[in-house]
Amino acid sequence: MRYLPHAPHEIEEMLSVIGAGSEEELFASIPADHRSAPSEPSRGLPEFKLLGVMEAMAARNRVLPVKLAGAGVYFHAVPAAVSHIVSRSEFMTAYTPYQPEVSQGTLQAIFEFQTMVSELLGLEVANASLYDAATGLGEALLMAVRVHKNKRTKVLISRAIHPLYLKVVETMLGSFGGITVEYLEVCDTGATTLPEAIGGDVAAVALGYPNFYGVLEPLDQAAGLTTASGALLISVTQDAALLGTLAAPGALGVDIAVAEGMSLAGTMGMGGPSVGLMATRSALVKQMPGRIVGQTQDTGGERGYVLTLATREQHIRREKATSNICSNQALVALAFSVHIALLGHLGLERINTLSMNRARRLMDGLLTIPGVRRVFSGPFVSEFVLSFPGRVEELCNHMVDSGVLFGIRLAPLVSAPELADAVLLATVETLTEGDIDRVVELAANFYGGRK
Amino acid sequence: MPDIKKGMLRKVPVIFELGCEGREGFALPEAEPLTGEPLPDRFRRAAPPLLPRLDEVSVVRHYTQLSHWNHAIELGSYPLGSCTMKYNPKINEITAALPGFTRVHPLQCEEHLQGSLELLYVLEDSLKRLTGFERITLQPLAGANGEFTGLSLIKKAIEAKGEGATRRKILIPDTAHGTNPASVVLNGFEPVSIETGAEGHLLPEAVVPHLGPELAGIMVTNPNTLGIYEASLKDIAAMVHGAGGYVYMDGANFNAIMGKVRPADIGVDTMHLNLHKTFSTPHGGGGPGAGPVGMTAELARFAPVPVVDRRDDGTFTLVTGSDDSMGKLHPFFGNFGVLVRACTYILELGEEGLHEVTRRAVLNARYLRKRLEEYLDLPYQVETLHEAVFSDKTLKKETGISTMDIAKRLLDFGFHPPTVYFPLIVSGAFMAEPTETESKEDIDDFVAAVATVIGEARENPDMVHNAPHNTGVGRLDEAFAARKKILRYTPAETDPVD
Repeated sequence: MRYLPHAPHEIEEMLSVIGAGSEEELFASIPADHRSAPSEPSRGLPEFKLLGVMEAMAARNRVLPVKLAGAGVYFHAVPAAVSHIVSRSEFMTAYTPYQPEVSQGTLQAIFEFQTMVSELLGLEVANASLYDAATGLGEALLMAVRVHKNKRTKVLISRAIHPLYLKVVETMLGSFGGITVEYLEVCDTGATTLPEAIGGDVAAVALGYPNFYGVLEPLDQAAGLTTASGALLISVTQDAALLGTLAAPGALGVDIAVAEGMSLAGTMGMGGPSVGLMATRSALVKQMPGRIVGQTQDTGGERGYVLTLATREQHIRREKATSNICSNQALVALAFSVHIALLGHLGLERINTLSMNRARRLMDGLLTIPGVRRVFSGPFVSEFVLSFPGRVEELCNHMVDSGVLFGIRLAPLVSAPELADAVLLATVETLTEGDIDRVVELAANFYGGRK
Repeated sequence: MPDIKKGMLRKVPVIFELGCEGREGFALPEAEPLTGEPLPDRFRRAAPPLLPRLDEVSVVRHYTQLSHWNHAIELGSYPLGSCTMKYNPKINEITAALPGFTRVHPLQCEEHLQGSLELLYVLEDSLKRLTGFERITLQPLAGANGEFTGLSLIKKAIEAKGEGATRRKILIPDTAHGTNPASVVLNGFEPVSIETGAEGHLLPEAVVPHLGPELAGIMVTNPNTLGIYEASLKDIAAMVHGAGGYVYMDGANFNAIMGKVRPADIGVDTMHLNLHKTFSTPHGGGGPGAGPVGMTAELARFAPVPVVDRRDDGTFTLVTGSDDSMGKLHPFFGNFGVLVRACTYILELGEEGLHEVTRRAVLNARYLRKRLEEYLDLPYQVETLHEAVFSDKTLKKETGISTMDIAKRLLDFGFHPPTVYFPLIVSGAFMAEPTETESKEDIDDFVAAVATVIGEARENPDMVHNAPHNTGVGRLDEAFAARKKILRYTPAETDPVD
């Protein structure tokens, strides 16, 4: 077998050094009644056949070239340099950088990643990444409760956060136990209604920025209310690219900011591998989960990097750790960093301006169709909700025939009467004005014309 | 002028120290100023973020230069115990990048995701055959996330019996990974540490005092982190079940028993597998991994949603499942790209190949153990499988040279050292796992390097104590980093953040 570099005579030599008669003998420590004889083990495939099998499988997916869907997965244009860099053996086949003297490549790349995340999220300290934004949000809520030394155990969570993120958070908090969750409702603008007076038992308030419906939550106002009550404000952003243009969460008063980075990393197909970004104020770093890289020096005084503040982590603190997380999403974080380095702030601004222009063209065009209306009036960036005059599923199928993924229907995800015929639409920089006009035309024809 | 070290290794500036305003690394259409509904000023950045200002060539060079500072499995041996640093087949990268997989949206309707769902189905089915479980969820994002998942399943089952308030204790042997007790706490259980027997096994006697109405379960790594098969696990499982508890198996070391033991058959209720260990997906410098979790029929009703099922006509469907489900671990399908790689590996090798992998992993580990016994203490003498744990006890007493010193000196010979100071019950632990993809001469070379270092420890201890000498940087000051807390780059000479 091609991955096993043992000639038969070498196996014999090794067995004789060990003092065993056969490879089977090496398993003598497994009791007979623990063993299950494999019934007809399956056989492998040579690479050329395997590739055919996998290509056929992949081909049974239907790729729609024009995507107007987001909901946490945004098909940004990712330059070839990104996948090329992360495919380098030295990054891809390295382990966690526990031996810093031979891991400076990974460590410096993470240090640079932390700096980028700190800048985008507008907070002083970022970690080396978490699994994704959903578990990041769950971790942020648990962190807030720890910051309050478990004396405040209630959290207020916006219902306008991604419903699938909320499912993950429910799973995390539900299993942890002892935390009371109250959900904040959504008003007509699409923003979350925060009670004027937040009780003294609230550890944290969590809002989407922009939220799942694409609406920008007034984080600065929310920060005023939460700070006055002593609670921490948490924000979650589904596409970190937006933070190149939007006011940074930290600048608006957020204490723990979380964002998803996979859409810039280029790993968003089928929704992962994802990468969760997290940043906070430096005063809270002791309660932060996940790995952190810090700058240091070697015996000769030269600059270098190591994993640091490990006394927060499970391998040192075990049951007293801030989280059970052991890995980070290092390679996805690297892809994110390479893309950010290529874009710089001007590239991010360009992406966002293109996306925003396309979103407005799409919204304005679709609103010319009788019966189509905007569901939420609040300010938006490049994702928004429209309600259609019935037959929404049929409309989406009609679009598929022309190679268009026409948004995400909300009814299966959120049960609210006003969203029964609603579609969540999103745009990215790869869409042309021609794509948008064609989609509007398809929709207009479907419903029989424009106003 | 670039600062060049020996062998053309370049000192790499922090990326923010490079470039200047006016350089561009992107090729995007020009953007008209925003027309239509404006973005309110209060939501716009007051100042741009500090990000690199570089062209593509400079970015690619920067990261390529950085890569030269890493050791990697494709450069040489990486015998980290318990981490299973095996070769990562190239074909896996090709299949994971197939456009059919990478260009679909996870919320497209299931008719459009038949290829992805088939992949999930085939992978689940393959893992079921290897482990004997009723159901495998592929959502967990890493081993630790898998532990959380399995413990949540146990919690659900206990709560369903109305015993949630009393059954709160999870037994964990003292050889366990730190993630085990941390996961127990995240599930609202209480970890109770139990001692490993004198021979390195878990003994039924250690479990007996804890059997009772407060026992939620036990978490056992098998083979354990000493590389020893837990021969009493089946009996212990029966005892725990008899007391109303559940058995979680940490499958981090499943590579040692593929084709020999199906954990479900010996009484394990739930376990995780590390696809980035046993099933060859790259570690990527720390992730992404994937930690699928197997479960018995009893626990399957609590499985995370959605699950993939095959219809009678051969098509695949997503089932959101019962109200009993423990919920979701990931908004979509977990680290899907990792799942494609693992599935590719399993299909390439077949079960025959996987069984051979296990045989060869154990052959290599036993050979390495035999050869290293000459130079280091072996605190547990019983038979081991995929790894072996040594101690620096005698060497340290005689020479003052510790496991950490040996580890750092091995770097000078081009070897990544084994896992050090774990498991915690071995003083100065030196935990070596060659994996099946190392050749006999790789192992012989490694042993020769260890022998040289041990020789130096006696004749020239300073050489070892001050190692490494050949790496790009010298031994790094971890206390300095913890004290200074420089956790990001700041333009005006790195001020600490607090």
